[in-house]
Amino acid sequence: MASNLPDIPSKDDNAIAAKGVWKVFHVGKRKVEALRDCSFDVKPGIVTGLIGPDGAGKTTFMRLCVGLLIPDEGSLSVLGLDPERDYLKIQSEIRYMPQRFGLYEDLTVQENLDLYSDLLGVPEEMRKERYDVLMSMTGLGPFTRRLAGRLSGGMKQKLGLACTLIKPPRLLILDEPTVGVDPVSRRELWHIVYSQVEREGMSVLLSTSYLDEAERCQEVILMHQGEVLGQGLPHEFSSKVKGHSFMLRVPGGEKRRLQQELSNRNQVADSLILGERIRLVMWDALKPKEVKDTLGLSDKIEVESVPPRFEDAFIWRLKKRLMEKGESVRFKIITHKRVKGKRDEPVIVVKDLKRRFGDFYAVGGISFEVKRGEIFGLLGANGAGKTTTFRMLCGLLPASEGTLLVAGKNLRKARAKARVRIGYMAQKFSLYEDLTVLQNLRFFSSAYGLYGKRQRERIDWALDAFELIGEVDTVSKNLPLGYKQRLALAAALMHEPEIIFLDEPTSGVDPLARRQFWAHINSLSESNVTIMVTTHFMEEAEYCDRIVIMKRGKILAHGTPEELKERYHPEGIKNPTMEDAFIALVESKGEVANE
Amino acid sequence: MNKKRMRLKGLIKKESLQIIRDPSSIGIAFLLPVVLLLIFGYGVSLDAEHVPIGIVIEKPGHLAMDFTGGFYNSEYFSPTVFSNIQEAEKALMKRRIMAICWIRSDFERRVLSTKDSPVGIIVNGVDANQAKIVTGYITGVWIKWLSQYARSKGLRLDAPVNVEQRIWFNAAVRSRNFLVPGLIAVIMTLIGGMLTSMVVAREWERGTMEALLVTPVRIKEVILGKIIPYFVLGMGGMAISVVIAIFIFHVPFRGSFLALTYASALFMLTAIFLGLLISTAAGSQFVAGQIAIVITFLPAFMLSGFVFDINSMPFPIQVITHIVAARYFVSILQSLFLVGNVWKIYIINCIWLMVMALLFFRIIRKKSHKRLA
Amino acid sequence: MLRRILALTIKEFIVILKNKKSRMVLIIPPIAQIIVFGYAATFDLKDVGVAIYNEDRGEVSRDVIARFQGARVFKIVNWIQSDREIAPILNEQKALMVLHFHEDFSKDILRGKGGNLQIILDGRNSNTALIALSYCRQIISDFNRAYSKRFRGVLPPARLKVRAWFNRTLNSHWFIIPGIVALLTIVVTLEVTALSVAKEREAGTFDQLLVTPMTPFEILLGKSLPGLIIGILEGTFIILMTCFWFEIPLRGSLLVLYSGLFVFLLSAIGIGLMISSISLTQQQGLMGAFMFLVPAVVLSGFATPIANMPEFVQRFTLLNPMRYFLVIVRSVFLQGAGFDILWTQYIPLAIIGVVSLAVAAALFRKRMY
Repeated sequence: MASNLPDIPSKDDNAIAAKGVWKVFHVGKRKVEALRDCSFDVKPGIVTGLIGPDGAGKTTFMRLCVGLLIPDEGSLSVLGLDPERDYLKIQSEIRYMPQRFGLYEDLTVQENLDLYSDLLGVPEEMRKERYDVLMSMTGLGPFTRRLAGRLSGGMKQKLGLACTLIKPPRLLILDEPTVGVDPVSRRELWHIVYSQVEREGMSVLLSTSYLDEAERCQEVILMHQGEVLGQGLPHEFSSKVKGHSFMLRVPGGEKRRLQQELSNRNQVADSLILGERIRLVMWDALKPKEVKDTLGLSDKIEVESVPPRFEDAFIWRLKKRLMEKGESVRFKIITHKRVKGKRDEPVIVVKDLKRRFGDFYAVGGISFEVKRGEIFGLLGANGAGKTTTFRMLCGLLPASEGTLLVAGKNLRKARAKARVRIGYMAQKFSLYEDLTVLQNLRFFSSAYGLYGKRQRERIDWALDAFELIGEVDTVSKNLPLGYKQRLALAAALMHEPEIIFLDEPTSGVDPLARRQFWAHINSLSESNVTIMVTTHFMEEAEYCDRIVIMKRGKILAHGTPEELKERYHPEGIKNPTMEDAFIALVESKGEVANE
Repeated sequence: MNKKRMRLKGLIKKESLQIIRDPSSIGIAFLLPVVLLLIFGYGVSLDAEHVPIGIVIEKPGHLAMDFTGGFYNSEYFSPTVFSNIQEAEKALMKRRIMAICWIRSDFERRVLSTKDSPVGIIVNGVDANQAKIVTGYITGVWIKWLSQYARSKGLRLDAPVNVEQRIWFNAAVRSRNFLVPGLIAVIMTLIGGMLTSMVVAREWERGTMEALLVTPVRIKEVILGKIIPYFVLGMGGMAISVVIAIFIFHVPFRGSFLALTYASALFMLTAIFLGLLISTAAGSQFVAGQIAIVITFLPAFMLSGFVFDINSMPFPIQVITHIVAARYFVSILQSLFLVGNVWKIYIINCIWLMVMALLFFRIIRKKSHKRLA
Repeated sequence: MLRRILALTIKEFIVILKNKKSRMVLIIPPIAQIIVFGYAATFDLKDVGVAIYNEDRGEVSRDVIARFQGARVFKIVNWIQSDREIAPILNEQKALMVLHFHEDFSKDILRGKGGNLQIILDGRNSNTALIALSYCRQIISDFNRAYSKRFRGVLPPARLKVRAWFNRTLNSHWFIIPGIVALLTIVVTLEVTALSVAKEREAGTFDQLLVTPMTPFEILLGKSLPGLIIGILEGTFIILMTCFWFEIPLRGSLLVLYSGLFVFLLSAIGIGLMISSISLTQQQGLMGAFMFLVPAVVLSGFATPIANMPEFVQRFTLLNPMRYFLVIVRSVFLQGAGFDILWTQYIPLAIIGVVSLAVAAALFRKRMY
């Protein structure tokens, strides 16, 4: 075998060279063009980010590179090899970590490592040294004998990465390595990737839908609907929208209504709530004064020009592209029945809530209240006890101790009728995969007791509000992730609940879909619906009115995003983000707890 | 160690660890044969004993008592007396008794005048097989009585032809002796099919397959890595079954153990291949499970010759039984246990098993490749 | 409430029928199996291979052989000349039995001494051997009777007049085929129910279901109905096949039969859902289904009578729903039995059904996390 290896390409050759690559799938009766005439190069020795919304073709491209799929047209060369013919050689030279990296959950950390060492042909004598490096790098050292299934989401991803790095490859391909991973673990993952690039000189191609991560890449390839929109350094992208970004400081509780209004203005490319402020991206470069005038903002609102982020550029670019194609970029605003009852009256009350599994307290005595119409965030690293808390609130899990009232009732014990008042969107958008969009909606609305005319009205409403009309008969298994998320939200809202529970509602969803999603949540909150949400995505915490940060079953901090940023921001950082505050908080308090 | 061996070793280790971690696999491989063999070995029998029989004597008399006394003395029957035929018939309807022996009032008179006196026997024919066996038992009682009667009267009633039977291989005609080896074949089909029918589908569903495929591993190694651990597990279950058959149920074993080992290995492979084939073809665990329920157990139970004799089936059905791997194994096992090394039977059945195994393997090989969809 | 249950039922149907493969699994195997098993499952013998080893030159042996040749059950496949040939023929299953007429067979009989006919049987399948032997005895006994009458003019003082009720010709198909109704319906029902909860648990949709206002009872009904409907449809199909294809008489009333089918399905569904609710994964669900199905079939009286089992096994079978339904289905078909006779079978079936369904519903909520 070794004798007929091709000449090893020199350092200057591209890691990946794609020329006119096409890939078409047939999903059901539909033809999906996953890649359309893609041509680009991935340079060696650096970290290249493949950035784009859902359905951009990122995963398809990666699978082509490792020989799991064959291109319909065009040429592709990976490390100078043809993935179609030389896939076995490629597979021994490069490593690929799929979106859901296949860890064997019933094997321990060590056993997973051993398996991949065997598969990759790492000689026994070299293993120990390599394991030590990887374990100290990932911080998994103390857990080598734990079953992979019992690791937290962040640890699983780190283990997955460790498994791919057992034999340092020449090219590393990572598909959304940070989905569902908390900010602390995300930083660590990035650290590992960079240390490998520096130490081993490997090339890395990764995809992500976290746009802040794009800024950490050395080069970025922007993809959209199977096409390449651009390639360059991250700051080259951002600098193109210099002067487009502004921060609005809004007094009083008007930020939601204002953001909703601004988001559909013709001059505005993007608007986001950041705590008490709104971040705006205009179509054109303007001065703060001009912004105020063109938008007709009142004098009470302060407008400040801020440096552009990659995200600004990305959204600007993407929406422009969509507009060129004649597609709508406006956000749908949903209407929801106004919930009766005073705003600010507590609707969720949790007092000394505990949950024990054997000897282990997953939730060890937490208390908080959520008021009507509030958007309330439950944050924490993986394994902090958020999901357990959530499941108790929804009545899926009995509490071991403590009180817990949702709309004045304990849902575990309450009669079924009480459950009509809540809506629930489970992690990973659990839908009936074999059912079509319409069948799913019909089922969930019936399950909540809707029928006849009312049911038809609600289904029509959902199809319209969540722009699902074109996919009515698509089997939900075949829907893109963003659609699944919308469908899941629609299903949870069919019966117009007063309170909705969202468990990681935007995990893995692209920035555009995320914005649309929060636009919906905003309008729900405006209608007095109480929203309880868990998330890993710190930027989303900024959308919340109040948040609670959990760690190891306890509440570390709680307050408004502004308060938390103020209180916990690490020293020496101006304008800290929620992520900065979160990491600082979790790390400092964590050490205290350890002692 | 070369890389190929290392990869295979890694895969086998992984699969074995997964088996160990999931107690249900171990349970299926070892507990299932023990429990099933014990229950069935004790429970499955075609030999009737203590058959409830109703006796109606319309006019008590010396001869009638003499005749029916035969039922009381036989371990095959547990008789109940009814005062009239209507009551006995009712009991037959309600399945309280299996048969009625009805001696009419003129029985004694007709016997004494040697006028070919009829004794009415009514059997419940719902279970035709049992009815036949019971009729046979009753005939036995009758013949015994007849010869006693003749002797006491000094009559010469010798039958012109006497049957002298010799039943080879299973002189005591214990049905357990043929049911237990057959059962082993059925259980092994289940173990092979059940253990493996989900393993490939599971890897696809959990995303581990994609991660596996992009390593330098060859598809052949992936398949082998699945087969070997389950093969070892299945052979372990097989060994336990054989031990139970020989030492607990005292089924004689007359063939060679080497031949048994070789045939078991061949059959185990076929069963595992079938499981893997289901798993590969089904795509999802849900469908794999459904298919496994339908196509492993019932065909092995009905068409393997385990209970129902293949030679008595209509020809087209006999042809169909050839696709049931268990049939070959049942035949091999019954011969090895009860007869010995009958090479002709052994070799023919082994060849069939081999053909099936190769065919399954070819299909698996063709259906699995290192690409998606 | 009805609407919610209906919605759940429709959903279950879509899930079951959407996938082409799983649709096929529900439709094709029962059709194929009723036909194949219907023909395959018989204890009756035909074309039993017989080898004749005739050392006798007399006339009587020829008469006896002629009777064997005339019997439909037997087929003479071989004529052998020496003792040495017996073993290979039986070992290699070329014939099931050897009829051995001694040199003096005819002479003995003519002398009035009685001739010995030796029958050597392959006892590998003891059931087949016994049945074949009883056919032989029948033939010999008929021969004896005729011979005695013709040449000796004597008859035994009594004879047995055997009548078989419900199945005059003692055709074992009549026994087995109605049993297949029970066999296939329980398999199909388990197939539909045993993985259904586990599948939703794995996909996370079961949580979604539990947070809706549906009560466990409603969920239970919604999950049971598809099994019930599919079970009744398939049951009907198999019953039709039994009546019209295999021409087995249906002597009892359909009402009695379908009441039995209904209660039986309830208990099968209850057990299926119970297995499914205990299982965390589909793999476990499948194993559970097998763990129940295999003993349930073998210890049901389907092929081997329960009465022949040892006491403790017999007691164990009281928990087996199939045991009761087999009695119902066979009694209704062959015996024309009604509720008055069969109520003892309905009650335990109903108890098994209610208890297992209740346990399943209770497990829906208990088995969380």
